[in-house]
Amino acid sequence: MSENVKDRVIQIIAEQAVLEPADVSMDQSLSDLGVDSMGLVEAIFAIEESFDITVPFNANEPEKSDFDISSVASVVAAVEQFVAEKSA
Amino acid sequence: MRRVAITGAGTINPLGHSVQATQQAMRDGVCGIGELDIRDVERLSIRLGGQVKGYDPDSRFNRQQLALFDRFTQFTLVAAEEAIAQSGLDFDGGLAAESGVVLGTSGGGLNTQDENYRAVYEEGKNRVHPFIVPKLMNNAAASHVSMRFNLKGPSFTVATACASSNHAMGQAFWLIRGGAAKVIVTGGSESMLCFGGVKAWEGLRVMSKDACRPFSANRNGMVQGEGAGVFVFEDYDHAKARSANILAEVVGFSMTSDAADIVMPSQDGAARAISGALKDAGINAEQVGYINAHGTGTAANDKTECAAVSNVFGHHANEVLISSTKSMHGHLIGGTGAVELLACLMALKDGVIAPTIGYQEPDPECALDVVPNEAREASVAYVLSNAFAFGGLNAVLALKKA
Repeated sequence: MSENVKDRVIQIIAEQAVLEPADVSMDQSLSDLGVDSMGLVEAIFAIEESFDITVPFNANEPEKSDFDISSVASVVAAVEQFVAEKSA
Repeated sequence: MRRVAITGAGTINPLGHSVQATQQAMRDGVCGIGELDIRDVERLSIRLGGQVKGYDPDSRFNRQQLALFDRFTQFTLVAAEEAIAQSGLDFDGGLAAESGVVLGTSGGGLNTQDENYRAVYEEGKNRVHPFIVPKLMNNAAASHVSMRFNLKGPSFTVATACASSNHAMGQAFWLIRGGAAKVIVTGGSESMLCFGGVKAWEGLRVMSKDACRPFSANRNGMVQGEGAGVFVFEDYDHAKARSANILAEVVGFSMTSDAADIVMPSQDGAARAISGALKDAGINAEQVGYINAHGTGTAANDKTECAAVSNVFGHHANEVLISSTKSMHGHLIGGTGAVELLACLMALKDGVIAPTIGYQEPDPECALDVVPNEAREASVAYVLSNAFAFGGLNAVLALKKA
């Protein structure tokens, strides 16, 4: 499951960055990848639809969100947690 | 060029069902924002809004009228009736052909669309009421005002999202200034607080769940409102000749396009609109005592707007008063500039500056005098009203004390 979550999240981010999933590395930030604020909300929407979860995120105060967007790895970790909480 | 007077004002909005009630609420710093009471609200993650409360459509309109009047049209007619009554004008004779209606809205009959999509998609109905199209169209409100009051001159609807009513009032100003009309009934209306309307806004992730706190460091987004503001713009000499009560004079207007981003605001586009309005009015920044801000309470707008004002006003940016009444009534989208013009009229006529309520923490990026939390007395000769829309379309009006 976990590997699937990671692959799917990377695929979603890669799509917003107009890159191949293989070109996305875990330590990159979304802005390194060229994902702007609109790309970010589109990625969150795709994540919510893919995993049937709700991601708490307000673009006005991203730092206050439980959804850590500082790197690809942190996004994957957050989504894994949301998915685990949902199935718990 | 003709001069342009405002000789009537009317409104219905979350702060009140009349100009007097609204301006009293603005003086008192009342918050008209609260829990949304709409169908399927439990399926929304944003449940906060500035709804018009205590309004009973059946007490204002009959069944045949309500079959044709979406809520945004109802609000428009309620506000127009108050404004035209105050102006003392009637349009029975030759004045009719020289008088028109120019109104702003963004969503038009969005409640009508929402209800009827629900009927055919969710409830599986294969038939809708015959008048859905004339009820939902964006120009329905303007057309019904023209029919109700016999206004036969230039009439149309302007849709530029959050700047719609400022663009509409700017067109009204130009039509009269250029001699194409004697009177234009103008302003704007919006009613997007329905399930589909709020759901669409949720997606952008710019909405606050607790309050609209413009310019406050802890602001966390916009809150949507509904309602209408309608004004009678009249040829100044025409108004003087009939000894009309002039509420204020419209002296300048400017509109610009950012040509940059579909949602992110631009300091340059805003600054060009502000300085353009000053230039059009033939005044300098030092003469402006109050700015009614666009002030949406989002991270992006408020700092961009403050930077634009600082850029245009220079040292005077430290003196000028600037407030966002969206903190009290929410963001009325296509009707917002019209309701906010009431704060401008109050500043010019009564010398009272409406506050920015909900202000809790100073933000160094918004370091202007935002009239926090309490109204203030100040004698002002000129005011500006800012509106900066999604899509980068900006419209700024300049008004002068009568």
